[in-house]
This record gives sequence, C-alpha cells and structure tokens, in this order.
Amino acid sequence: MSEIITVNLKIWRQEGPEKSGYFENYTQKITTEASFLEMIDLLNEDLNNQGLEPISIESDCREGICGTCGVMINGQAHGPRKATTTCQLHMREFSDGDEIVIEPFRAISFPVIRDLVVDRSPFDQIIESGGYISVNTGAASDANLIPVPKEAADQAFDAAACIGCGACVAACPNSAAQLFTSAKLAHMASLPQGQPERWKRTEMMVGTMEEFFGSCTNHGECHEACPKEINLDFIAFMNRDYMKAKVKNRALSGQR
Amino acid sequence: METKNKSVLDSRVPQGSLEDKWENHKFSMNLVNPNNKRKFDVIVVGTGLAGASAAASLGELGYKVKAFTFHDSPRRAHSIAAQGGINAAKNYKNDGDSVYRLFYDTIKGGDYRSREANVHRLAEVSTNIIDQATAQGVPFAREYGGLLDNRSFGGAQVSRTFYARGQTGQQLLLGAYSAMMRQVAAGSVELHTRAELLDVVTKDGQACGIVTRDLLSGEVIPHSAHAVVLATGGYGNVYFLSTNAMMSNVTAAWRAHRRGAFFANPCYTQIHPTCIPASDDFQSKLTLMSESLRNDGRIWVPEAFDDSRPAHEIPENERDYYLENRYPAFGNLVPRDVASRNAKNVVDQGHGVGPLKNGVYLDFSAAVERDGQDAISAKYGNLFDMYESITGENPYEVPMRIYPAIHYTMGGVWVDYNLMTTIPGLYAIGEANFSDHGANRLGASALMQGLADGYFVLPYTIGDGLADQLGNPAVSTDDPVFTNAVSAIEDETAKWLSINGTRSVDYFHRELGRLVWDHIGMSRNKEGLEKAVSEIGALKEEFYSDVRVLGSADTLNLSLEKAGRVSDFFELAELMANDALKREESCGGHFREEHQTPEGEAQRDDDNFAHVAAWEWNGKDSLQTRHVEKLDFENVTLTQRSYK
Repeated sequence: MSEIITVNLKIWRQEGPEKSGYFENYTQKITTEASFLEMIDLLNEDLNNQGLEPISIESDCREGICGTCGVMINGQAHGPRKATTTCQLHMREFSDGDEIVIEPFRAISFPVIRDLVVDRSPFDQIIESGGYISVNTGAASDANLIPVPKEAADQAFDAAACIGCGACVAACPNSAAQLFTSAKLAHMASLPQGQPERWKRTEMMVGTMEEFFGSCTNHGECHEACPKEINLDFIAFMNRDYMKAKVKNRALSGQR
Repeated sequence: METKNKSVLDSRVPQGSLEDKWENHKFSMNLVNPNNKRKFDVIVVGTGLAGASAAASLGELGYKVKAFTFHDSPRRAHSIAAQGGINAAKNYKNDGDSVYRLFYDTIKGGDYRSREANVHRLAEVSTNIIDQATAQGVPFAREYGGLLDNRSFGGAQVSRTFYARGQTGQQLLLGAYSAMMRQVAAGSVELHTRAELLDVVTKDGQACGIVTRDLLSGEVIPHSAHAVVLATGGYGNVYFLSTNAMMSNVTAAWRAHRRGAFFANPCYTQIHPTCIPASDDFQSKLTLMSESLRNDGRIWVPEAFDDSRPAHEIPENERDYYLENRYPAFGNLVPRDVASRNAKNVVDQGHGVGPLKNGVYLDFSAAVERDGQDAISAKYGNLFDMYESITGENPYEVPMRIYPAIHYTMGGVWVDYNLMTTIPGLYAIGEANFSDHGANRLGASALMQGLADGYFVLPYTIGDGLADQLGNPAVSTDDPVFTNAVSAIEDETAKWLSINGTRSVDYFHRELGRLVWDHIGMSRNKEGLEKAVSEIGALKEEFYSDVRVLGSADTLNLSLEKAGRVSDFFELAELMANDALKREESCGGHFREEHQTPEGEAQRDDDNFAHVAAWEWNGKDSLQTRHVEKLDFENVTLTQRSYK
C-alpha cells in the first residue's frame, strides 16, 4: 500500500559542459506510488516555484523502451532494481529517510551537458560505421523466401532488444561499450540477411568503438546494469568474430 | 468561424479503378533523373518510423537530405514504444486475407471517414514493408519452420499482424534508423540531433526551409531546401496524460499550420481502453497495456457504488461484467472506442475501483483456472511483469486495474494523394498527417502507415513536385524570409524568459490537459465543448501572463523548450473543440452524446458529414476557416457498426 516517505537527495548540478559541478542537497516528500522520475518532476516544480532553476534530466517514453533516461542512483546505473530503467523505477524501492545520490552517467566518452544530461552520440557513430544491412528500399525479396531458424531469430531478437541507454558504459569500470556494440553485431550476425557484410561490419564497428571507449576486462558490470539484460555471451561472440574478421577481410584472403 | 462549401482542397486522387490508381499515378508522375536528384535538397523533420524511412529512402535515391530530430539520437522517436505489431496483406496464413480486405477493414474501421484511394494504396504497399524490414534484419517472430508468424490483432478476423514479441515498434524503428545511418555514413543524409523545428519558411507560397533551435546552445538556425517533409508524430500530449512520450508534441505541425498548411479533423483522437490508471495527482504519463489482454481477461466492476472491498471479497453475484452483459456477441472484445466509453460510464456512475476509484477490473482468475498459470504467463508474462513493476500488484493474484487513455491522433496536417500539404513543397507523413485512418485507427496499422509513407509513397511523390523546380537554386538563408523568421523565433524565446510569472509550464499543461480530457475526451457534447472553448481561452491568457520560465536561452533549458510546445497545444485545443462542435455526428473516436443510436452507439450522419474538415489559420486573433473535402465512396457501402 502506498505511504508518504521523505527522501534526502544529493543531486549533481553542473551548469554546462565546461563548468565544474557540485552536489546539492534536497529533501523531498513523496508517495511510494510515484515513479522515481515523478519524484524529480515534483522537486523541479517546487524549485521552479521558488524561483530556482529546475534540474535538467532527460526522459521520454517513460515505458523503459526509448533509452533516453538514465542516471546513476546510489552509484548504480538506473538504480537498485534489476532489469529496470530509471523511468520504471518506483519510489516503493526506497524507505523513509533514505539518502539517494543522483549523478549523471559517468564515462569520459559521455561528457556532461548539463546536470544529469550527458552526450551519448558516440553510440550513433558506432552504428553509422556499420550497424546496418545494406538493402535499398524496394530491393527486398519476399520475406518468406529465406527461412530463418526460430532459434536464430530468437537470438537475434535477444540481442536487438538493446535500447542504447548507455548504462553498460556507465557501469563499466573501464567505460567500455562492448555490450552495446556486440549486441548490434550479434543481432545481425545471427541472421542470414546479415552474413554478406558480417566481417566488414565487425571490423568497422569494433574499430569505431575503440576510438571512443575503454577496453573490456570481463567484469560483467554491464550485464548487471543492463535494463534489458543483454547477455554477456554476445561479447565473446563479438571477440570471436573480430578475430575471424581480421583473417577474412584481407584482400588476399582468397589466396592461401 | 465560417464553413466554406466550395472546396479549395484538391485531393489529386488519380483516375482509374481503385486497384489501378496508384499504378497509374506512379507512371504519370514526373520523374527526376538520377543525376539531377543530387541537385535537390530535402529536409526531413522527425526520425521516427516515417521520418527515418523517408530520409533513408530519399538518400538512397540520391537526394541531398537533411534529417532533424530534437532527441539526442534518432533512435529515441516514440515509434519505438509501439508494442503489438504491424499489419500486412500477405495472406501467409491462407485465411482469406487480401489487399482488398485490408483496405475494406481499414475504411470500415475508420467509420467511413477516410479517402478510399489512399487507404487502398496503403494496403497495396503493406506487403513491401514486411519484405523490406525482414531484409534489414528486423527479427520478426517466426514459426519453427523458419517462416514468419502472424497473429490476429484488435478484433481482426484474419491473422495479418507481424510482430517482434511485444516490441514491434522498437525493432521496426531500429531497422529504419539503421537504414538512415547507412545513408549518413554514405554522406547522402546530414543528421542534425537536438534540433527542434520552430518555424516553416515559405517564399511566394512555396515551402523553402525551416528554422530550428539548437537545444544545447540555443542558437536559432535557418535551413533551406527544395522540399520539406514533416514526420513529427501526433498530438496526443495535448491531454497532458497520454501514452505518448513526454516530449511528443504538435509544434512542427502547428507551426506549419500557422504558415498556411490546413489542419484536418483535429477532433479525431483515439482512446486506448487498456492503460494503467493514474495513481496520483502528479502522474506524468500513462502506460499502455497491450490490447491482447482482453482476449483472456474479463472486465468487471462492483455492482455497489463506491465499493471499497478488495476484489476477492466481492462475490460473483455482486459483480457487473458490463461488456459481456451489454454485448453478448463480442463481450470483452468490442472495439476500442466502445470498450473505452463503457469504462468511462461505469466509473462516472461511481463503480470505479482502485485507490482513486478511477479504473475497472481486468480479471484473469477465470483464465488462470481454465488454462493454468503457465499458459497465461507464456502469453502475457512480460505484460504482467510490467504491470507489477508499475503498480506493485501481482495480476496473477489480484485483478489488473485498467482505464482508457489517449493513445493516437487520427487528425493532423491535411495532405493530398501525394502527401503534400496545402503549402506546395511541404509534405506530411506518418501520424503527423490525417490521411489514412479516418475517424478511428485499427490496431497494428500505425506502424504500417508510417513506414508505407516513408518507404514507398513519399519517395515517389516528392519527385513529382521537385521535377518542376529543376534549375532553381534553394532560397538563400540570407533571404529576408529566413532572417525575419529567425528573429521572430529569437523574440519568442526571449518573451518566455521575460514573463516571470508564478507557475510552471507543467502546471499549465496539466490544467489544459484536464480541460481537454473532460470536454474533448471520450465523449463530447455541445455544452461541454462550448465550455471548453471559453475555459481554454481563459487559461491560455493566464499562461501567457503568469508562466514562469527560468534560466537562459543559450543553454539546455527544458522548461523553455516546453513553453513553446505548450503554447501550441493551447491553440490546438481550441481548434479541437471547435472542430468537435462543428461535427454534429458521432463517428469513430469522435462521440457526440447528442448523436447516438438507441443502443448507445455512434450515429453517423453520412448525408452531411461524409467529409474531411480542414482548418485554415487566419491569424492569431481570428477564427479559423473550415474547409470541406467531400469523401466519395465508389467501392464500399456505408454501414452502421453494431456489436450486439
């Protein structure tokens, strides 16, 4: 049943990318029925009423699918509840008097824009470097011409469920983006449609990833933080494909 | 406000039989030769299903495309949240589906308020969408033989819905997004993120560009092009509480409207019957639960008024299974609008359940008893989990609580058969236009329409308009039409920051939403609509004088962004009320209490209202002009729906 609790918030404030940030303390009364972001909405409404600038925090669908929201809550990307985005977290996870520390996602490649908002555009650049199957509109054959084993289609879906929120990078001690990148690679490499460009795609996307992000040392924090529970095995899958790609992509690979 | 009977609207529906129209049209349109395509700049605003698919396809054709999204990444567009599926007339199930049947179902489902030719074209290209998406790697559900699976959806009598678990929208959007990113890599699409359209620019009556605001730096920037495409979604957030994403808004469509694009059928809004009811006064949005739940759940309310007993303590004979009782043939599976209105009736009468008495029960106990918990969990497990994570209640043990919420808007920018608005060179696609769903949209048809427009219609029709412009350079952004538009937007931004009133933008949005929901919601009447017009006007004045937007214009400022959007919602809400007032009939999602059958169903007036109402902006302080596009039905017979 719902109850009213009071939480003590320590929230990261930073006016702009070049400004230095600091923690500001707030106290908020809230019903446990409310979502975490509704608690922030309420705080922002109060701040606005007092003539203080509201806290910048991003969210959009509030259904856990668009990947827009995401902050560190008590040091955990998306907070304490497993397989849950920040927007799907509810205040019933907290108790009266709790201190909640709220910070932006932490990673060098995700610079802070303002308060809790960060720039995750390197993810788009990874996709741009090869996260697609090259098929022009109109060029496709009948969808049932190529049967795909159900298991393969299911695995492709499991990988494609990634929402691109960046929690994996934020949770990683190395700020590595292996889980994100491997999920897209595994999605496409699981399907027959993804085969023609498989090796080139792997090399290109891994290369772009490494321009921006740290290296993976198999901590597994990414999987723990992932709201969609993307499987760690995809990273192994990517590593294997990357090695193969280095052989298969050589222009002379037709010669032994 | 006056109604003009002599139509200025030319729908440009091609000649020929229904089946041949699109084929004939494709042949008769002007083409742009491949080498000339690179001479044309095309702006696409919005990167959801419609926008991303259009930008990708236009880029592949060789046009120079500029794509704009106000999100941090194109993949965030709200298309991503669509759950159920996408229709296509593949007839893979051999159950009698066909292009004609999908056409017929869509026309009938839209309560005979859409254009036959557009809807038939939609059904024709529906099959290409599935081929295209599959080739892109969209992981649709498959059977064990490796072929695509289908399900029946939203009361359709054939299984024509393709799906990717409960995340079909996400997977289709990622497909369109990846196709667009491929063109970004190829250099044919220039991507602008965190850029919000704040004006459409015209010169000599022709669209020649847009003005955007960079949401990080606040810079107001002009962009010129030979054609502008709006793919900016629907306006459900005028209700404040809806299943739309927090940032979804009408601004791009509305600013185009103010520049001369007629806005059609704003009163056609769709309510989805199975959403989770609001739990408190500051609820920020509502969450949809897939309609498929009605296949196994039984809907009921306590017979007693204001009954506070928990569900399991209410004996069977004190429950009112109102849908099963009123509609024995369809029971809990009546269409969305009927289910929604009945829920509203029982709640209004005081039978509502839950802490705020604002819901009805959707009870799975009979299904669990019949099929076992495992079977129910296999079908709905993810939805039950989602419900539990939001409400903290376990639907295997206590009935779900549901209530209708705004979900989709059929109205939008008026377009002709080429998807061009009343401003030459300006196009509208996807939910942003009004075109294909009439007064009510069928389940699993939104994704279909967005992608049909973007992949298979606009890329052809836009060439017809561009061919005439060969040799004309795009208008320079130094032209006064641009510099004036830029300074007007800068003034507007400064205005919001200078009001310095006492209440937040959200406060006004919430109050506006309440008015719109109460008077222009699930059921409407003359008195309520007139009240809405005056109260919205009064609240709007208060908004302009008392809103408080803090901070500055040259940094990320979320309240400032929202102030402009809410101001457009105010103007839209007034138009919605006027449109609903003028439409003296009930049809689809527009239910006027004065116009119902003795059974309480929507009563159309085909003699007087078988038309599209398209509104023309006449300036801030003038009433808008209502234009009429008559709808001719040459292929279907208009019938009255009945679900008894």
